[in-house]
Amino acid sequence: MKFIKYLIVGALFGIVMAKSEAISWYRIQEMFRFQAFHMYGIIGVAAVLGIIGVALIKKFKARDVQGNPILFFPKNKSVARYLIGGTIFGLGWALSGACPGPMVVNIGYGFISFGIVLVFATLGTYLYGAIKDKLPH
Amino acid sequence: MIDFIMQPWPWWFSGLVISSVMFLLLFFGNSFGFSANLRTICSIGGAGKRVKFFDFDWKKQIWNLVFLVGAILGGYITSEFLTYPDQVVDISENTIKDLEALGFSAPTSMQPAELFSLENAFTLKGFLILAIGGLMVGFGARYAGGCTSGHAISGIADLQIPSMIAVAGFFIGGLIMTFGIFPLIF
Repeated sequence: MKFIKYLIVGALFGIVMAKSEAISWYRIQEMFRFQAFHMYGIIGVAAVLGIIGVALIKKFKARDVQGNPILFFPKNKSVARYLIGGTIFGLGWALSGACPGPMVVNIGYGFISFGIVLVFATLGTYLYGAIKDKLPH
Repeated sequence: MIDFIMQPWPWWFSGLVISSVMFLLLFFGNSFGFSANLRTICSIGGAGKRVKFFDFDWKKQIWNLVFLVGAILGGYITSEFLTYPDQVVDISENTIKDLEALGFSAPTSMQPAELFSLENAFTLKGFLILAIGGLMVGFGARYAGGCTSGHAISGIADLQIPSMIAVAGFFIGGLIMTFGIFPLIF
């Protein structure tokens, strides 16, 4: 039962991804071609509200439902891993039109060929784990 | 009200809901990062026996897998109950023109049949496009330490420099693919 809230929030996430059309390959193409504001508006609003909300959580030392303080951990400082990893991610995002969340939302929506994308994304993650010590980070 | 929900959602409302998802997860004591699930799936599959990176206590990530199942459900609910039939993605005329030059017809649904219909997904070229696209997303997300939810939403909200570098990378890769590689493969 303690997991039911994650099922509900996950469903909300799936619904907003589909209703915003962020799961659409067409919308991702439109974004990378800078031909509409739509995707920038979505990410921009989420980012601005996020920045304000996180700042408020820190200022008022807000706690989660279990009563633990909500903490934010700085990511390791580096350029290589974020730039190279991000670029590889972007290549795949533009090609398949889906980042990991939208892959599974598409499967639920009825586009089961995204199952191929998801299986290979999992293999890609495995490949990273297998060779990570040889990569610049 | 019902019409508002059944129509495609405007960008401002979508951004607001996505941000709510992130804050709900924070208040549940977790953080929003979808691609972590791919690592968890590898671990459940036994990858931890061969590769140390997958040798972690994946049971702490069960909440995120439940979130993933919810996301699948959300996609299903939307297509079954929350959308008018035959709704097409209303992308800009310029994008339609550019994509037509690459051999894609104007949208007739959420996704181009040229890539995602089952007939095309199981041609050699069609399969390779989906497979290589997925492979790069999964590899790149873990290499960069996160995907769109972990970096562009959660990381930017916390004003993390690494996330800004990662998002810059997302765009470098996306632009190379769109303007450099698409004309060669389509």
